[in-house]
Amino acid sequence: MYNAKAVIAGILVFAVLGTAPFWAGMTGKEYRSTGIIPPKDEKSCIENAEFMRAEHMRLLNEWRDEALRGENRVYAASGGKKWNISLQNTCLKCHSNHEEFCDRCHTANSVYPYCWTCHILPGESK
Amino acid sequence: MFVSLLLVLLIGAIAWAGSAAGFASLFGVALPYLAAAVFVVGMIRRMVYWAKSPVPFRIPTTGGQEQSLDFIRQAKIDCPGTQAGVFARMFLEVCLFRSLFRNTEADARAGLPANSGPGSVYYSSKWLWCFALLFHYCFLLVFLRHFRFFAEPTPQWVTWLETLDGLMQIGAPRFFMTGGILLAALLFLLGRRVFNGRLRCISLVNDYFPLWLLLGIVCTGICLRYFDKTEIAMVKIFIMGVTQFSPVSAEGIAPLFFVHVALVSTLLLYFPFSKLTHMAGVFFSPTRNAANDSRRVRHINPWNPPKQYFTYAEYEDAYRDVMAEAGLPLEKEPDRPAG
Repeated sequence: MYNAKAVIAGILVFAVLGTAPFWAGMTGKEYRSTGIIPPKDEKSCIENAEFMRAEHMRLLNEWRDEALRGENRVYAASGGKKWNISLQNTCLKCHSNHEEFCDRCHTANSVYPYCWTCHILPGESK
Repeated sequence: MFVSLLLVLLIGAIAWAGSAAGFASLFGVALPYLAAAVFVVGMIRRMVYWAKSPVPFRIPTTGGQEQSLDFIRQAKIDCPGTQAGVFARMFLEVCLFRSLFRNTEADARAGLPANSGPGSVYYSSKWLWCFALLFHYCFLLVFLRHFRFFAEPTPQWVTWLETLDGLMQIGAPRFFMTGGILLAALLFLLGRRVFNGRLRCISLVNDYFPLWLLLGIVCTGICLRYFDKTEIAMVKIFIMGVTQFSPVSAEGIAPLFFVHVALVSTLLLYFPFSKLTHMAGVFFSPTRNAANDSRRVRHINPWNPPKQYFTYAEYEDAYRDVMAEAGLPLEKEPDRPAG
């Protein structure tokens, strides 16, 4: 092998970078469940759970546009039930524990939504 | 072009159907493991193979005046004479794609005032450089951003990257600019092969296939994030199982996710056997990594057979007596005087 020193150094760098996802996984903690605690006294959200898990961010974004830009405060769910479009008064009424519900998944997946730049966190003094 | 498109669509369709039919762990666990192993081992084998190939001569592609007399100014980066110059050249090549920046386009034009008629014009063409640079850096950032799925807790630098990437705060989930630029750059790189006649003429399946494959990866990725979402908390649990070598059930994850993973695995499997090895090859390229010093330094061909020397001292040892007999001058007289 020619230029063995440089080549072996390069191969080592490549091998480490090429397997980096595994190193990252092995050096970190385990992640087996989201650990979220859903509200206890309420059985169903405004839409079904699968939809809410995957699409809640889009729904919230549409709600913001409806309420603030369209001045429409009524959301008709797929079941036909009507809901008041409001993060503070509708969502947070049940999902009152921000740390045990929102943050559990968001922090783990590095999602930092900018809800709380305008809204006040539940339980936080004004 | 269509063959490679069909091939990518076929891989996607197989992954979709397979994961929908319950073979998700095949596409989500077994295939990525195989692909990662083939990628790493295949690339190392490649690099060792290249490193074993002798480069008997300096063959740098020169783009300027070589080192000469003191009063002639040398192009120190485009025709480097020292290791430092080579380092600067390689750095600019690898990080900024300098050789693409120097790209020129040749065109035949009618009615040139200088020729008073048709003639050829040469002009600088930066499009390829621009989109190639965008593609590679966005791809790197997109890869780095994915570390939020690989590690728990998510490294802080990933969050910083995402903050920068989603700085425009468009929509929810936030629009990541690198994803959009990546798609645009890939479409340009594909478009130039399709719409430029000369380029289309020299483009083969192995040029189109990686482009379609990357487009497939980018499109499924964008789809998974913005349009046909699957729950990323479940995806993270699943991927963490893979990276920690204790796979978990793939229940509840959309088939599109496995299409994405299968396409990425295909890319990794294909990588060491394709033109994509330029990732490592650029460092081994003797037209880039050699100093243009063939006039100052003696380069010995490494496959020359070992020389059979016969020094004068050995010659004299062998023929001393005969030489003494003939009365030839000797450096060392024989032990006994010649009879």
